[in-house]
Amino acid sequence: MVNYIWVFMTIVGIIFGLINGTMEAVTKAVFDGAKEAVTLCIGLISVLVFWLGMMRIAEESGLLEKLSKLFRPLVKILFPDVPHKHPALGYILSNMISNMFGLGNAATPLGIKAMEELKKLNGGKNEASRSMVTFLAINTASITIIPTTVIAIRMNYHSASPTEIVVPTIIATILSAIGAVMIDRYFYYRRSRKGR
Amino acid sequence: MELISYISLTFIPLLIGFILLYGTFKRVPTYESFVEGGKEGIKIAVSIIPFLVGMLVAISIFRASGALDALMNWIRPLMKTMGVPAEIVPLLIIRPISGTAALGMTSDLIAVNGPDSFIGRLASVLQGSTDTTFYVLTVYFGAVGIKKMGDALKVGLLADVVGIIVSIIIVAFIFGTN
Repeated sequence: MVNYIWVFMTIVGIIFGLINGTMEAVTKAVFDGAKEAVTLCIGLISVLVFWLGMMRIAEESGLLEKLSKLFRPLVKILFPDVPHKHPALGYILSNMISNMFGLGNAATPLGIKAMEELKKLNGGKNEASRSMVTFLAINTASITIIPTTVIAIRMNYHSASPTEIVVPTIIATILSAIGAVMIDRYFYYRRSRKGR
Repeated sequence: MELISYISLTFIPLLIGFILLYGTFKRVPTYESFVEGGKEGIKIAVSIIPFLVGMLVAISIFRASGALDALMNWIRPLMKTMGVPAEIVPLLIIRPISGTAALGMTSDLIAVNGPDSFIGRLASVLQGSTDTTFYVLTVYFGAVGIKKMGDALKVGLLADVVGIIVSIIIVAFIFGTN
């Protein structure tokens, strides 16, 4: 599906550029997009190095295992495929907690690390496993407790109550996370019925 | 509320302190472990580059050509009949594609309509309850070399749709539609 969407965006964009006479902008977009991607990755190096370094200490000291023990019931329901002492769970939970506090740049390295562990569990295949899809679904529904950036923007524009959106955000985010897990389950059962 | 913002402000430094103290207590060679773990970070960041270049180039072509605007104009009337204000539609479409663009739009919507309007509040809640699905997918799967995504994209985008619908209902219910 990604293949199709990727080609679709590019081809439709080029055709539109031809019709609208925006070919110059399209050409510029190619190089701007590529540059932005590399800048983004280089920017990621700092956070990745720092948090993966910290997390290595947390893993070796047994902190991550403690964390997954604490949330075992929840994790068992969400990720039935992952053995309960597996390091993937510690990373998944740390990623979820970072997301809850709106710490996006701490969350990304942990999410990547979790994916890596899940891939090992899946025998190193280059195909997404059931747990990987579930983990992504939870991530895109992203349980948020404190939308820090949004509060800052609201303050900037002199809202009478910048934080009034916190409770609605928490409710919306919990409901959408439940929705995401249900959608994920639906696709999983459809897959297994087809025998894939 | 003060307490919550205080927690989020002090969370990272306290977490760092705690990990280091706990590691020392458990006799982990802290500095060496940190360096070893950190090395992995460089490898990962570099390995994401091709995935992200591919995705971001496609997205910028789609946007720069005017195709994205056309898509929005096409979807807008449809959304309006469902009670979604036309102003919010571009944000809904851009949100799964680009986090920075969505944040820019949110702050623009808040600036134009006021933070305490229906649109301002809805944009605020949407920002928290949805995510940049394409980015998350590209970065997470790219980093570990997953090429066959299976149902991940479908599930991620549908999760965003659920987030959008739920946000609209909740904001309308709690604050009204003014």
